[in-house]
Amino acid sequence: MNAEQPVLEITGLSISLPGGGDRKHAVEDVSFSVAPGEIVCVVGESGSGKSVTAFSVMGLLAKVLKPVAGSIRLEGEDLLSATPQRLRALRGDRMAMIFQEPMTALNPVLTIGDQIEEVLRIHTELGPEERRARVIDMMASMRLPDPERIHASYPHQISGGQRQRVMIAAALVLDPALLIADEPTTALDVTTQAQILKLIKELQGRRGTGVLFITHDFGVVAEIADRVVVMEQGRVVEQGPAEQVLKAPQHPYTRMLIAAVPSLKPALRQPMTGPMALETIGLGKTYRSGGLFQKQRSVVAASQVDIKLRRGETVGIVGESGSGKTTVARCVARLMPPSEGAILVPDIDIAMLPERRLRPYRRKIQVVFQDPFRSLNPRRTVGDSIIEGPVNFGLAPAQALERARGLMSLVGLQPQALDRYPHQFSGGQRQRIAIARALAMEPEILIADEAVSALDVSVQRQVLNLLADVQEKFNLAILFITHDLRVAAQICDRIVVMEKGVIVEQGPTGAVFSAPAHAYTKALIEAAPGKSFGL
Amino acid sequence: MLGYLLRRLLATIPVLVIVAVLVFLMLRLTPGDPAAIIAGDNATTQQIELIRNRLGLDQPILTQFGIWAGNLLQGNLGESFFFKKTIGELILGRIEPTLSLAFLTIVIAVSVAVPLGVLAAYRHGSWIDRIVMGFSVLGFSVPVFVIGYLLIYIFAISLGWFPVQGYQPLADGFGGFIQRLILPAITLSVIYIALIARMTRASVLEVLSEDYIRTARAKGQVERIILFRHALKNAAVPIVTVVGIGIALLIGGVVVTESVYAIPGLGRLTVDAVLARDYPTIQAVILLFSAVYVAINLAIDMAYMLFDPRIRY
Amino acid sequence: MSAEPSLIAAPAPELARPGANAMRRLLRNPAVLIGGTVLLIMALIGLLAPFLGTMDPGAINPATRNKKPGFERTIRADDGSSKVFVHKMGTDSLGRDVYSRVVYGARVSLIIAVSVAACSVFLGLIIGLLAGYIRALDGVIMRVMDGLMAIPAILLAIAVVSLFRAGLAAVIVAIIVPEIPRVVRLVRSIVLSVREEPYVEAAIMQGTRVPLLLVRHILPNTIAPLIVQGTFIAASAILVEAILSFLGIGIPPETPTWGNIMAEGRSLFRIFPHNILYPGIFLGLTVLAVNMLGDGLRDTLDPKMAGR
Repeated sequence: MNAEQPVLEITGLSISLPGGGDRKHAVEDVSFSVAPGEIVCVVGESGSGKSVTAFSVMGLLAKVLKPVAGSIRLEGEDLLSATPQRLRALRGDRMAMIFQEPMTALNPVLTIGDQIEEVLRIHTELGPEERRARVIDMMASMRLPDPERIHASYPHQISGGQRQRVMIAAALVLDPALLIADEPTTALDVTTQAQILKLIKELQGRRGTGVLFITHDFGVVAEIADRVVVMEQGRVVEQGPAEQVLKAPQHPYTRMLIAAVPSLKPALRQPMTGPMALETIGLGKTYRSGGLFQKQRSVVAASQVDIKLRRGETVGIVGESGSGKTTVARCVARLMPPSEGAILVPDIDIAMLPERRLRPYRRKIQVVFQDPFRSLNPRRTVGDSIIEGPVNFGLAPAQALERARGLMSLVGLQPQALDRYPHQFSGGQRQRIAIARALAMEPEILIADEAVSALDVSVQRQVLNLLADVQEKFNLAILFITHDLRVAAQICDRIVVMEKGVIVEQGPTGAVFSAPAHAYTKALIEAAPGKSFGL
Repeated sequence: MLGYLLRRLLATIPVLVIVAVLVFLMLRLTPGDPAAIIAGDNATTQQIELIRNRLGLDQPILTQFGIWAGNLLQGNLGESFFFKKTIGELILGRIEPTLSLAFLTIVIAVSVAVPLGVLAAYRHGSWIDRIVMGFSVLGFSVPVFVIGYLLIYIFAISLGWFPVQGYQPLADGFGGFIQRLILPAITLSVIYIALIARMTRASVLEVLSEDYIRTARAKGQVERIILFRHALKNAAVPIVTVVGIGIALLIGGVVVTESVYAIPGLGRLTVDAVLARDYPTIQAVILLFSAVYVAINLAIDMAYMLFDPRIRY
Repeated sequence: MSAEPSLIAAPAPELARPGANAMRRLLRNPAVLIGGTVLLIMALIGLLAPFLGTMDPGAINPATRNKKPGFERTIRADDGSSKVFVHKMGTDSLGRDVYSRVVYGARVSLIIAVSVAACSVFLGLIIGLLAGYIRALDGVIMRVMDGLMAIPAILLAIAVVSLFRAGLAAVIVAIIVPEIPRVVRLVRSIVLSVREEPYVEAAIMQGTRVPLLLVRHILPNTIAPLIVQGTFIAASAILVEAILSFLGIGIPPETPTWGNIMAEGRSLFRIFPHNILYPGIFLGLTVLAVNMLGDGLRDTLDPKMAGR
């Protein structure tokens, strides 16, 4: 333990939740501290109260959330009883915060330089020249390329990673005692995430800043944390040094969370020899916009994509945002027509078929979408959603309902729940329903487009297990689109790595992970957080 | 940038062509004989024939459109039956009062409505907010001529502060000009203020819930600067847009207000032309107003760049 | 995985099935209650006009021209008996009872409000669905709509009435024409955004054909916004009718409408302001009630647009 006074000390903090919720407190009896130069990770799943805790420190809680007990002390000063003026003086100066979405957290109509300098204008008496010099200097230490140019740029003109660096620069320019980072890398690609994490660790180490780091990702925790606070349902269930919590977790919830993180080491798999289910040849998609009175613009989203998928096999397409992986999935599902190439299922080319002739093949290919909250029609019962496809293809409603009941028990839900509406289910349950709906069509090919990315790790694992079960049962060919290498390592037989619209590497999962051939694949694997901890 | 301007200008041409076609077709699709309607109920067959001939209604419809559009392109708007003048002259003689009225109205409306809207958004849920919103609903609900007569009754008849009706050209002295214009402008601005204040409030409210406002608070910024520096500039695009769209409302209001205050402008001309079934004049006035409306909104589109750096052409 | 954004921004918005509890929420909204009640009263006034102490609203009487409110007139019946009729709101320059005309005027305004709203929403919905879902039609339809939108609404209405012989039907058509493009745009934008929703794409993957797709998955999303929009159209229809009548180009002057009563009262406004005041109050109150109802409906049915 650090003998110095902690920069942040939270004792017995409870925050009430306005009526109607499933629990009385958003946060209950939370106590922990952050020492100077220390990174404390608060980790938990959605609804754990980790972000509410962070915002209560800054005094930025929504008005309906009120701290009802406990204290928050910043360098010994009580924040809960501080006046609004005093809190304003402390914010930006002694405590600073960075957020999840660096795009929306920056004002789109003000220049970058202006927005960093704002902190200096508020809290210092520096003149314009000194402010500018200091900001340029700070930007250089963020390793932002060409600080002069970025100083004069607007947020939309720089990349996501650069925006987050700008946010960090604005947060650290006055050397605050405490930096609060609320999921600062969640919205970033994995390689960018690795750079930002490294930067935060390096800067706070050099400056002795205490960091309160909010995350849901144990990989990130393993990368960066000195100490870990695990929260569940608004309460702290375990805290301690990172080494101890990660290696020897005490509380069952912590153990479950850590066990649920998919390993980067792929399981041993036999090569699949089943019949071919799907083959794309030279698949490409170019988006064109503009018309008679507009500039013509065209973007190549994917080109020369050759993928083979057999029955019973799972092929993962991995890549970062802009890699074209989702475009490929949508073309294969024929949610849009490709610009070129062929899609064989397995002997008829559906790439350019008009909707009318495509219909018989619709039932062979089904999709599970990313967002479980938007993939079910909120106005229709779950049962209506599941039987829609079979009834479209001529099955009598009564028989379709019978099939739906069977599928509900198969995906681990009660058949009686068929007449409920989607809002009565959790995200994980809805994803099960979406899988049941896809299976109701008795497909041969299932496309999972980031199907587990929006789920908490514990739920993610259950859905992945379910996918593996139904694959075996129905001899499904699964095309699994993901940005998450860990998930890909666990579920895929073969992996296709895409970068900027083209395939850079593909092969059996084991081979790709143990001996990546392409530099980009190496970088992706290298950047996966928590690797050093053997997670 | 220049290229964009050109493309946008070109893109307005189809809209104006469609307006012209619609306006042209309207007259030709009239159930019954337009010549007979124009001639009135007790006209002789010869009179009707004469009108049909002068309008070119005996020609095939495509030829008619060709002649009319050709004249239009040369700036020849045709001749009014009723006023016995070319329409060009007619419009020129009526343009000053309408322009003055519209300009004064916009100035009053924007300078009252934007601060009210910002205030209402900032004090969201307070009595100020409720009064502004209440006023705006009321402003949408009372017809402009009722407001006009109400103001005349109070300020011109009872208090005697302003003349009751009429217009004085700017050339005859600014004092009399503005004294006669102020009541009509206030009358006309009521609905416009309601519209702009409502949009300003909504737009600022939405911006105030954005993440970057939270970032500014996290920096320790005071609310006043957050409101004016961070929020208002972001809220500007929808506000300016509604000012442009509101021009349509304004043009409609001009027609009524000029009738109430006996102002000899284009609005009054429109009503007189409709009452006299003076179709060439109706066509010309509608085309003119629509062209102005489209042009103003094009200019506003261009002005977006001043407020939002993301918009680059 | 999001970091509980709903907790920080505001209390979690109810992710309930749209339409669930809508009725209960509506009845709790003061704007809906007040607006609805006032409208109900106006509708009853219009319906029950003959029983509200009125006389024939068209009865011309040279003996009672231009009387101030409260003027008492003795009416002799055929059997020789006589009774006193009080002109509560005075008379106009033809000696007609203003109160009776105002009460009967409620009928015309409400008929126009309802028929214009229903027709423009219905036509706009059909055209908007076609434009939103059939690419080949989209360009043509939207260019025509752009053209119609470029003509200021009242001018377009004036132009349309000038084509017909004055009458109720002409006025209704004249008000509908400028409203349609606004509804079309609304419907089209909803269709375009909803068809990107994953649940619509899922239905496409289920082999659902386009007509069913539109009716089952897309149409329900337009209902709440269209109810709201229809209410605002009703309000503007009442206003535009009054304006057209006031300008003397609307419904024939012998028909009692609020706009006609005011148009008739224009010339003697300085001496007899009541001829504009009373119908003006009824008109303003009715439109206010419709607008309040619209605001209330929007706040409850269409929370995304609340406060606009």
